[in-house]
Amino acid sequence: MRIITTGVAGTMESSDIIVTVEPRAEEGVELTLSSSVMQQFGRQIEHVIRETLKELGVTAAAVTAVDKGALDCTVRARVSAAALRAAKSAEYTWGTKQ
Amino acid sequence: MDLQKIPHYNEIPALNGEFTGAAQKHKETFRERMYEKNKVVPSVEEAVRLTGLKNGMTVSFHHHFRNGDYIVNMVMDVLANMGFKNLTLAASSLTDIHAPLIEHIKNGVITHIETSGLRGKLAEEISRGLMDFPVIFRSHGGRAAAIESGALHIDVAFLGAPSCDPYGNANGYNRDEENVSCCGSLGYAKLDALHADKCVIITDHLVPFPNAPFGIPESNVDYIVKVDSVGDPKGIMSGATRFTKNPKELLIAKTAADIIEASGYFYDGFSMQMGSGGASLATARFLREKMLKNGIKARFALGGITGQIVEMHEEGLVQKILDVQSFDLIAANSLKNNRFHQQIDASYYASYLNRGAAVDQLDFVVLSALEVDTDFNVNVLTGSDGVIRGAIGGHPDTAAGASFSIVVAPLTRGRIPSIVRRVNTIVTPGDTVDVLVTDQGVAVNPRRPEIAEKLRAAGMPIFTIEQLRERGERIVGMPDPIEYDEQIVGVVMFRDNTVIDLIKKVKHV
Repeated sequence: MRIITTGVAGTMESSDIIVTVEPRAEEGVELTLSSSVMQQFGRQIEHVIRETLKELGVTAAAVTAVDKGALDCTVRARVSAAALRAAKSAEYTWGTKQ
Repeated sequence: MDLQKIPHYNEIPALNGEFTGAAQKHKETFRERMYEKNKVVPSVEEAVRLTGLKNGMTVSFHHHFRNGDYIVNMVMDVLANMGFKNLTLAASSLTDIHAPLIEHIKNGVITHIETSGLRGKLAEEISRGLMDFPVIFRSHGGRAAAIESGALHIDVAFLGAPSCDPYGNANGYNRDEENVSCCGSLGYAKLDALHADKCVIITDHLVPFPNAPFGIPESNVDYIVKVDSVGDPKGIMSGATRFTKNPKELLIAKTAADIIEASGYFYDGFSMQMGSGGASLATARFLREKMLKNGIKARFALGGITGQIVEMHEEGLVQKILDVQSFDLIAANSLKNNRFHQQIDASYYASYLNRGAAVDQLDFVVLSALEVDTDFNVNVLTGSDGVIRGAIGGHPDTAAGASFSIVVAPLTRGRIPSIVRRVNTIVTPGDTVDVLVTDQGVAVNPRRPEIAEKLRAAGMPIFTIEQLRERGERIVGMPDPIEYDEQIVGVVMFRDNTVIDLIKKVKHV
């Protein structure tokens, strides 16, 4: 999935995360993360963001995320929405209940 | 007269020699005297000079003005300007508004701090290693015991008071007229006034003698300073403590009330304390319904008092109120107007050393928590990032004193779990905590099987605290441990002034 514009998803409310995905000339995902729970969950949030982008096939992007204590499911949803918007794609793969 | 001829002359106590004449009697009127010969001095600086304060001594303050307090910063600025160094600041508690103390610590004016808690910038700086001498954290009862035993000696107490007469009868309200900076009970200040070598009252409301009823008697007061304002009324207290609308807190409160009803400690003539915090305060509301339904009355309510307790007192559901600290204007006004709403001092409230403390007469107490661990230890002092951001208050005093102690907390706060394997800082030991109530289940301390039995008999589901911890971790994940340096920045005392935990310097932030 190619990032062609700026896509944003999320809010600054507590328990949410606001994610901005922008195009990047070089390969790789450049991530700027700040979080109200950085010390305890910074590692985990970064992991979820990178995994979600990988699953979507995003290989080049500049990502800024401001986290207010979102759960993993929220992080995944916001990253997916921002990436799809940034790719101008409507090919959502909805999750199915297991 | 040869006094030596009196049999056993040397054994007669309080005998000051032979009478040599009475002191000059005064002749002016009482009113003239009140305005001319009194204890009022022109400035804080002058009061400091008169007290004989020296470098290295201990000054004390109360926290009844909470985040509206002007007194601590005002006095410490004066002491810094006068060139004092190496002082011990022994406050009953400190909060966000006291951030200016950071400069006084950096400049060596303050080198030691005793308090119940710290918040805001000052707390963050101390967590980052601002002070060489660790901050000593005591519970309200532990501080009272340390002071009354003389182990924590107060050289000069600087006590803000919303009303005071020219001889020093001071109170947290005024019976004659409305005053702006009303704070209700002066419970923590009363003790300092009694035990300090010198006591200075700082007031913005000088009233004619006698300022009765008073919280602090003139017999404990040396000097009085009149200032424009002792505090910001908006920070001192709210009009009424807001009743929580948070559904999680309401669910916790309702469950806590059900547990109390089933516990065996809900009977006609029971006693209670509700800690601050949405869920613990809301528990009173649910208890009230049960009291009305069952025709049960409480003999007394203790502690930090709010409008909700006052409401129950005024409708006859709570016979007496013992008030060490008034949390809102309704409580303050009740202290002023209701005869059986009694102001008490910190020692009477919670000391373990005196001849009887009110916490030991509690049936139950409902207390909030930042963190609880699987041994039921409670932390109310350091945040989940290891930084100091709270106060011990009466938490361990009441948990230990009450026959039945209930700790309430949401299972998770945002992404932070409340139930953990080990709390960052032990403030209240698990031995004194009987039940934990969360929005997603209740756990009973295995030390109280009879309580668990009663709750089960009442049809209430009970989990182990391990199950609650796992449930929380399934939602939020496992937090990484906080990294600390070796430097000890805080010493945490249990109510008997034994060291229960240490606070280390945080690595980042």
